[in-house]
Amino acid sequence: METLAMHISNGIINGPVAAIFAVIALAAMAFCVVRGRQDLDDRLAPMAGLVAAFIFAVQMLNFPIFTAGVSGHLLGGALAAMLVGPWVGALCVAVVLVVQALVFGDGGVAMLGLNITNMAVIGIAAAYLLIALLLRVLPRTTAGLAVTAFVAALVSVVVAALGFVLQYQLGGTTDLGGNLAGLAGTMAVSHLLIGIGEGLITATTVVTVAKVRPDLVYALRALKPATPASVPTVGGVR
Amino acid sequence: MGAGHAHVLYRESDSPVHRLPPEVKIAAMVAFTVAVVATPREAIWAFGAYALLVAAVAALARVSARWLLVRSTIELPFVLFAFALPFLGAGDRVDVLGLALSVDGLYGAWNILAKGTLGVWASLLLAATTSTRDLIVGLDRLRCPQILTQIATFMLRYLDVLVGEARRMRVARISRGDDPRFLWQLRGFAAGIGALFLRAFERGERVYLAMLSRGYTGRMPAVWQGAGAATAGQWLVAATVPVLAGTVAATAAVLT
Repeated sequence: METLAMHISNGIINGPVAAIFAVIALAAMAFCVVRGRQDLDDRLAPMAGLVAAFIFAVQMLNFPIFTAGVSGHLLGGALAAMLVGPWVGALCVAVVLVVQALVFGDGGVAMLGLNITNMAVIGIAAAYLLIALLLRVLPRTTAGLAVTAFVAALVSVVVAALGFVLQYQLGGTTDLGGNLAGLAGTMAVSHLLIGIGEGLITATTVVTVAKVRPDLVYALRALKPATPASVPTVGGVR
Repeated sequence: MGAGHAHVLYRESDSPVHRLPPEVKIAAMVAFTVAVVATPREAIWAFGAYALLVAAVAALARVSARWLLVRSTIELPFVLFAFALPFLGAGDRVDVLGLALSVDGLYGAWNILAKGTLGVWASLLLAATTSTRDLIVGLDRLRCPQILTQIATFMLRYLDVLVGEARRMRVARISRGDDPRFLWQLRGFAAGIGALFLRAFERGERVYLAMLSRGYTGRMPAVWQGAGAATAGQWLVAATVPVLAGTVAATAAVLT
């Protein structure tokens, strides 16, 4: 079975910009390691591993957008933020990216900083901010939780994609001139579609977990300590 | 999907490259990639030299060129992006076969193709000669924070749990009259993805508790450590490739 890469590969962005983002990513990850250690308990450790494995599997689903030679795939950032929280979630995504770069050549090793910044830092931050906001605003129902997960996933995918456009503007190895707007448009539209798919998967997964084991959803524990999203029901979600 | 990906790239074999400790190989591979990326793109000869280095290591590791080339198709989307650049790029134009192509775009395409391909080859060689378990031991010895190696360990362990659980659910669906063919099986799969996650988690939780009750403390047991940390000699041997690559990169930077 062939898989396709989406992460930025070597030579797309120039060295200095890649180095700057590597420093940014390293600092962010160091912070997440410190904060994540406090979160990681007996309940979260296996969950973090499973979330990482899930993201790893899900990122193999790839949607090439041939017209512009750009492709995209599901990111799983919102799912991670929802289930294991922003700190451990960012670490999960980063681990997935590092393993993919080291072992599968998916995304250049020298470009790891850029990929981690886009998907683990920007994506997770956008997702978790939205989750924190929406969970407070929306009613405490299954529908509210589903909408939160959907919107957070959708927005985080688009924002992460635009992170790439920003990096390309700063240090793209080829000057696209006026076509950069085109690149931004293609990335935004294509990732809007991917975001819808990601939103559906995230919402289904989170709602199922919240119904059966609400104690496993980090966002519900951290942001709504009192009541779970709904009464557990038999049979899961359809 | 991710079926068996955790081990699919490792080539069981016994070669000088296989025998090197993992941390040495990871460091060498990262250093090599950085040297390649730092090379100015106009120095086309330098990339030829890198390709020779990769070929030499591949020959030492008994990895066939065919395997490397087939696996390189992972890069395909970026190759397509590279081919679009000569048409999209700004600045001076040059006539190639009657097409007005951007000079900058052509160099950009070459840059992505050459650096991307060399990077993919380097990681494929690492994957072919290092099992995922050794990879984690290597990261651990390179002072990677324990929380990260822990997540990575569980990720690789749970990939198999996830795949196994997906297979069981598929068998369960089929035995209840589902007839998954081509795209239609996606619907059943999508509807069950939440259940898949939960089932995989509950199995994974049992795996974790079993590990805890057998004395797991967040660090992998000494058995994993194998032959022990790398010696100075092994570091020196592995350093030859990145040092050569660094020399090429420095020469290229001076010449252009």
